[in-house]
Amino acid sequence: MRNATAGTRIPLALLLPALVGFAFLVLPMVGLVIRAPWSDLLQRLAEPQVGQALRLSMITATIATAVSMVLGVPIAWVLARSNIRGRSILRALVTVPLVLPPVVGGVALFMVLGRRGIIGSWLYETFGFSLPFTTTAVVIAETFVAMPFLIISVEGALRAADARFEDAAATLGAGGWSTFHRVTLPLVAPGIAAGAVLCWARALGEFGATITFAGNFPGTTQTMPLAVYLALQSDPEAAIVLSLVLLAVSLATLALLRERWLTRR
Amino acid sequence: MARNLRLPSALVAALLFSLSACGGGEAGGDSSSEAATDDPLTGNLTVFAGASLTDVFTELGQRFESDHPNVEVTDYFNFGPSSGLATQINEGAPADVFASANTTQMDVVVDAGSADGEPTVFAENVLQIAVPPGNPAGITGLADFADPDLTLAICAPEVPCGVAAVTVFEAAGITPSVDSLEEDVRAALTKVELGEVDAALVYVTDVISAGGAVEGIEFPEAEEAVNSYPIAAVAAAPNPDAAQAWIEFVLSEAGAAVLEDAGFRAP
Repeated sequence: MRNATAGTRIPLALLLPALVGFAFLVLPMVGLVIRAPWSDLLQRLAEPQVGQALRLSMITATIATAVSMVLGVPIAWVLARSNIRGRSILRALVTVPLVLPPVVGGVALFMVLGRRGIIGSWLYETFGFSLPFTTTAVVIAETFVAMPFLIISVEGALRAADARFEDAAATLGAGGWSTFHRVTLPLVAPGIAAGAVLCWARALGEFGATITFAGNFPGTTQTMPLAVYLALQSDPEAAIVLSLVLLAVSLATLALLRERWLTRR
Repeated sequence: MARNLRLPSALVAALLFSLSACGGGEAGGDSSSEAATDDPLTGNLTVFAGASLTDVFTELGQRFESDHPNVEVTDYFNFGPSSGLATQINEGAPADVFASANTTQMDVVVDAGSADGEPTVFAENVLQIAVPPGNPAGITGLADFADPDLTLAICAPEVPCGVAAVTVFEAAGITPSVDSLEEDVRAALTKVELGEVDAALVYVTDVISAGGAVEGIEFPEAEEAVNSYPIAAVAAAPNPDAAQAWIEFVLSEAGAAVLEDAGFRAP
């Protein structure tokens, strides 16, 4: 990390839009804090459904991030380093979930993994096993929507990394896999960490694909965003409290991780 | 063109009428009703309506537009869970009319002072069991909703169709064992259409609107949760005249016929 030199003045042409942008991003959050019913906050937090939804959100988002890393880092490597044909088409396809409205993503998952889906129908007829409406379905929906964020970050990091280290390792006799996990991975570790954080945050906030493909049931598939949405239908104040809880927990988690990972460097 | 010719003669008739017999007030009322043939209603009409009204209001909208060619309504529908719409209206959404899928959510709007005048109930609806075509799981009645081996969906208790579901289960003395509490009735219907659930509780009208994509099964306990649909103009309506005309149209005989075709009952 480069440090800002002490005497650097921020040019006005950058400072102004930066301030406006910052206010635009932060003010809605301030609005939530102001409207929150602070007096019965604790009472609401004690409701068992809140803890349940929060725990489910944290667990599924973390598993979704782990799955995204295992599958997404290799995709990023293929996109950044290999010379296979149709790479740009591949890259465009990988980012489809970013553009797709998440609810449509949920329906698309039904078409493949639902009881009547291409793969799902086989699973159902052979093993009597059906994915929708399970916690696994939540992880699948979150992974589908969040993995592109990780892939794009890691691909960017790989392109920015100096490929000569890898070439050197190869000339010294290291095989492809050995070069990857002993040279490339440590080189782009910060990029992977940044991508994982983005991916986790997106998975944590996932709503549309989850409520479509996994449904909504407390304890098994009702994550915090689903609980917030349903609370909004009958009790907007409860929805604000739930949003703040989700916000506070995710900010605390990210701050803690940053402390542990980035201060060591 | 023909209107331009007719209008002066209408005025003449009105003038003669007022001279011969009645007072000025009568004549004024008469000439304004004549001017209605030139349709004074213009602009956009924004109707917020419960998700279960999607198809029937779209059809009513097309008819309304042919009666009032200067009004755009079909492009300005906002269909969603009534509870969410009520929140949006209370937060200042620019709606002209609110048609709710139950009286509770209309009360939310009335209590906040966001409605103009008393709401009127224009239709009633009851629940039905929706199953995929051919009823592959062999559902026969409400009691099947207690079977943990079936994949079942009902609406979440936060939305009107979920409130109705809770009522019928209580009336039947059944503890349901469902897999998903859907965010609105259309989401529940979609899951039946996709064949991803064995059955869901939706409104009769949803079963009819789905055509052959689902089959409906009646059950006696449905009578315990008859849903009333009230309609009211919004106090801050940007287009209050069109709002009033829309409400009158929905309450008219022509409106009632369209509602009945869609499976709604007259109140």
